[in-house]
Amino acid sequence: MSKISFDGAPIEFRPGQSVAAALVAGGIRSWRSTRIAGRPRGIFCGIGVCFDCLVVIDGVPNQRACRMPAVDGMAVTTQEGTGHGDLTV
Amino acid sequence: MARVAVIGAGMVGTSCAYYLARDGHDVTVIDRGPVAGGTTSRGEGNILVSDKAPGPELDLALWSATLWRDLGAASGDGPGDDALELEHKGSLVVGTSPEALGSLMDFASGQTAAGVESTLVPARELLDHEPNLAPDLPGGVLYPGDMQVQPAKAAAALLRAARIYGAIVHAGTEVIAAHTKDGAIASLRCRNNDGDIDIATDAVVNASGTWGGEISTLLGAPIPVLPRRGFILVTEPLPRVVRHKVYSADYVANVASGDAGLETSVVVEGTRGGPVLIGASRERVGFDATMSYPVVRQLAAQAIQLFPMLKNVSLMRAYRGFRPYCPDHLPVIGPDPRVRGVWHACGHEGAGIGLAPATGALIADMLAGRATPVDPEPFSPTRFAAWADGAEAAVRDGSEGGDAK
Repeated sequence: MSKISFDGAPIEFRPGQSVAAALVAGGIRSWRSTRIAGRPRGIFCGIGVCFDCLVVIDGVPNQRACRMPAVDGMAVTTQEGTGHGDLTV
Repeated sequence: MARVAVIGAGMVGTSCAYYLARDGHDVTVIDRGPVAGGTTSRGEGNILVSDKAPGPELDLALWSATLWRDLGAASGDGPGDDALELEHKGSLVVGTSPEALGSLMDFASGQTAAGVESTLVPARELLDHEPNLAPDLPGGVLYPGDMQVQPAKAAAALLRAARIYGAIVHAGTEVIAAHTKDGAIASLRCRNNDGDIDIATDAVVNASGTWGGEISTLLGAPIPVLPRRGFILVTEPLPRVVRHKVYSADYVANVASGDAGLETSVVVEGTRGGPVLIGASRERVGFDATMSYPVVRQLAAQAIQLFPMLKNVSLMRAYRGFRPYCPDHLPVIGPDPRVRGVWHACGHEGAGIGLAPATGALIADMLAGRATPVDPEPFSPTRFAAWADGAEAAVRDGSEGGDAK
C-alpha cells in the first residue's frame, strides 16, 4: 500500500484519498496550531473553503490538506502558526 | 457655538467632528454609507512625513503627526494607540540604485531644515534594521517619525470620541440638496431609508473624500477633486517579517507626479493582524474599479526585489480605491468664499489619513477664530474660486508638494 509520512511516521492511504482523509484514517486529528493561541486544528469543512486544515507538504506551508491528493512518498509535517516562523525578524 | 454638519464619516470627517465637538459645537455627521466605507478603508493607513518635500503640506503633516501622537497617548482624552491601531514604526526609505540614493539623501537633508528627523543608513547597516531586505541595496534613510494606523478603526474611534462630546451620526444618509438663505448655508436635505430629513445648520464641512468634487458642486462651491486609483496587495498572515514601513525612493517622485499613466513604487509593511501590505500604484482612470492583473504583477515583482523572501509567500487578495487629488496636489481646507458657511476638508490624495487630525484641528481653530499653528492660506479654497465644472484651465497645475498615496 502507498504511504505518506506525517512528522516522519508512515501513514498508509488508498488511491484517491486526500492528505486530510489519509491523516484522519491514520488516527491523526490535528496537524496545525493556530497563530495566536497555539490551539490544535485539523479538518473542518473538508471542501477547501475554511482553510482550517492547513499543513506543510514537502516543505511548503499553508497547503489545504483536504484539497491535496495523497501521493506516495509525500512528506507531511505539522504547521506551527503561520508556517513562516523562519522569516521572523 | 455653531451647528456644524460634516458630510463624510471617513478619517477626515471624523477628525473634523472630533475637534469641532470638543470645542462645544453641535456636530452632525452625515454619510451616505457606513463609517469609513468610502475613501478611508481603501488605503494603507499611512501617517508619513518622509515623502513630503519642504512646503505647506509638510508643515501640515508635521503638526498632524504631533496630533496623532496626542490621540494615541494613554494620558490624553483621545482614543489611545490600541483603539487606533497606531504603530510608531517609522519608515525605511531605500535607494534602489546609487543615483536614487543620492537624490534621496538630498531630499532628506532639505527635510531636515524643515524639521523632519532622519538618519542615513549605509548599505552595511541596512540588514540590521530590516533583516529580510535584499542584501545588495546601496543604502537608505530611516525616518523614525512615520506611523501607521488601521484607518477604518481609527475613523470609528474618533467618531466614538466625538459622540462623547455630543456629536450625532447619520449613516446610510445621503445629502441630496443644500439650501441657502441670504448667501449663507441654512440647511441640508438628506435622504435615507426612512425618508427625507432637513438638517438645519450654520456651517457645512465637505469631508467627502474622493467624492468631494460632487458634494462641492451640490453645495454651490465647486472644487476640482479627482480620483486616482491605487492598488494594495495583501499577503497571507505572517509573523513579523518587516519592522518598518519600507519603500523605494522612487515613491516620492511618483507621488508628486501628475502623470495619468500607471506608476508603481513599492511600499511594504507588516500589520498587527499578520498580513503584509504591498502598495502602491497610482493611475488616473476615473472611477473605474476593475481589477488589474498587470498592476498586481508589477507591485508583487517590485516587492520581491526589496524582500526576496516574499516570493515564497502567497497573496490572499488585493484591494483598490480612489485617492482624492487636486490638480495642484494640495488639500482643500477652509471656508469657501462663494457660499458663507461652506467649508472644505478634502482633496488630500493619499495623505488623508496622516493629515486628518491637522485638517480637523485647523477647521476647528479657524471656525473659532483662533490662531492656527500652521498657515492655512496655501490650502484655502479661494484658489478655486474661479473654478467651475469644465473650467479646469483656471486651476493652478503645479507639481510642488509631495503627497502620499
